Amino acid sequence: MSTLQLQDLYQGFRQPKTIQALAHKIHQAAQSLSSPLRIMEVCGGHTHTIMKYGLNQLLPENIEFIHGPGCPVCIMPKERIDHAIALAKMPNTILLTLGDMIRVPGSKTSLAKQRALGSDIRALYSPLDALKIAQENPDKQVVFFAIGFETTTPMTAAVIQQALALKLTNLFFHINHVLVPPAVAAILSDSVCQVNALIGPSHVSVISGAQIYQPLAEQYQMPIVVSGFEPVDVMQSILMIVEQVLQERHEIEIQYSRAVTEQGNQKAQEMIQTYLEPRSHFRWRGLGDIQLSALQLKEAYQFIDAEAVFEAVLSDEPIDDHKLCICGDILKGVAKPQDCKVFGRGCDPTRPLGSCMVSSEGACNAYYRYAEVALRSVKPIERKQATA
Amino acid sequence: MCLSIPSKVIQIDATNIATVDTMGVQRQVSLDLMPDPVVIGDYVLIHVGFAMNKIDQEDALESLKLYQQIHDSLEAEEG
Ligand code: SF4
Repeated sequence: MSTLQLQDLYQGFRQPKTIQALAHKIHQAAQSLSSPLRIMEVCGGHTHTIMKYGLNQLLPENIEFIHGPGCPVCIMPKERIDHAIALAKMPNTILLTLGDMIRVPGSKTSLAKQRALGSDIRALYSPLDALKIAQENPDKQVVFFAIGFETTTPMTAAVIQQALALKLTNLFFHINHVLVPPAVAAILSDSVCQVNALIGPSHVSVISGAQIYQPLAEQYQMPIVVSGFEPVDVMQSILMIVEQVLQERHEIEIQYSRAVTEQGNQKAQEMIQTYLEPRSHFRWRGLGDIQLSALQLKEAYQFIDAEAVFEAVLSDEPIDDHKLCICGDILKGVAKPQDCKVFGRGCDPTRPLGSCMVSSEGACNAYYRYAEVALRSVKPIERKQATA
Repeated sequence: MCLSIPSKVIQIDATNIATVDTMGVQRQVSLDLMPDPVVIGDYVLIHVGFAMNKIDQEDALESLKLYQQIHDSLEAEEG
């Protein structure tokens, strides 16, 4: 038996020949579809892969991608970003967060601009770094502005556990962890929604298990295939969806079986349940208020909950988006980035007007960066050589 | 930010921190979220400084074999 090399996990699942072969099989199978198939990829990582490899151009006319709620940065409402800025402005404070969050505009400014004004705001490689920063700065209050879907929640929980074990008294948590299934349900229950199949997130499912989509599959009677991140994974998942539709099945299948199980990572789930609980509601940028769609610290941990400890500087007034921005419609799958009047003209990654332009996983950002691939109308069979 | 990447475990220290290799780049990740023991040579998915799970090597090899079959049969068809 051959053994698996690390390289195989990259190259093997990006092989242009395999992508072409799967495209061919999809074309063959799709001829038997009786109506158009609109597949929502829920996760921004998949949007990124689809755009980067031009997979949407490899599909037959009757299969279309609809880009879903995608990335945790894109769905953060302005009032929450304002929270981060208000916390960072407090005297003697260090505000920590992850990646792209720094650049997302709130109602008046962004964390990046606030940092330029002198606030101590840092983007972490890992939430674990928060522990070290709190230990090295005992005379300062350190606030971790925690963001992410199910994928990133257990990492925050692990840091909370260690902060408690180390008895740190200067590290606080502002929890913005959101949940995929309630948001997807909100999209699917909207009467304008065009989606009739789902590509399930890769790494959310690594943690939570494919089981979390069961209620969606039952209620909306649609195929759900949990897919890996690589282009071959996505193409194989589409083929599996087409086959389900042709066989009139609507089940949860796991294409990403090298990493995802039905039950997920139960240790990580337990870690989350120890410290966090569902929040009664959370306002998603573009989607509005959704019940039980996010998490908060349990009451027993209020002493490290930034929302409780620093309540005085935080406002919960909802703040709406720029009026030209149609991120909401894009998230719901009823519009594409190029339908926006200011796409690429007034709104681009250097000056994002709306949140889906900010992060590399946002639909507008991905469309902008891969505009040439995305907007090319040539169909796959004619451009076989060009895709390698 | 959700882009988790496969990496190979090359060392594990006493504090449950592993050194992993991601196509030539070495970094340190916490194993605190791993439900089962991890050994050197395992492939793991890493996300913001933590290993999230092990990659099932046999399963990955099987997929790669399936893809090989798919393009072989396609080539034969186009022959
Ligand atoms: S292009 Fe900019 S303004 Fe338009 S929908 Fe996208 S993010 Fe919003």
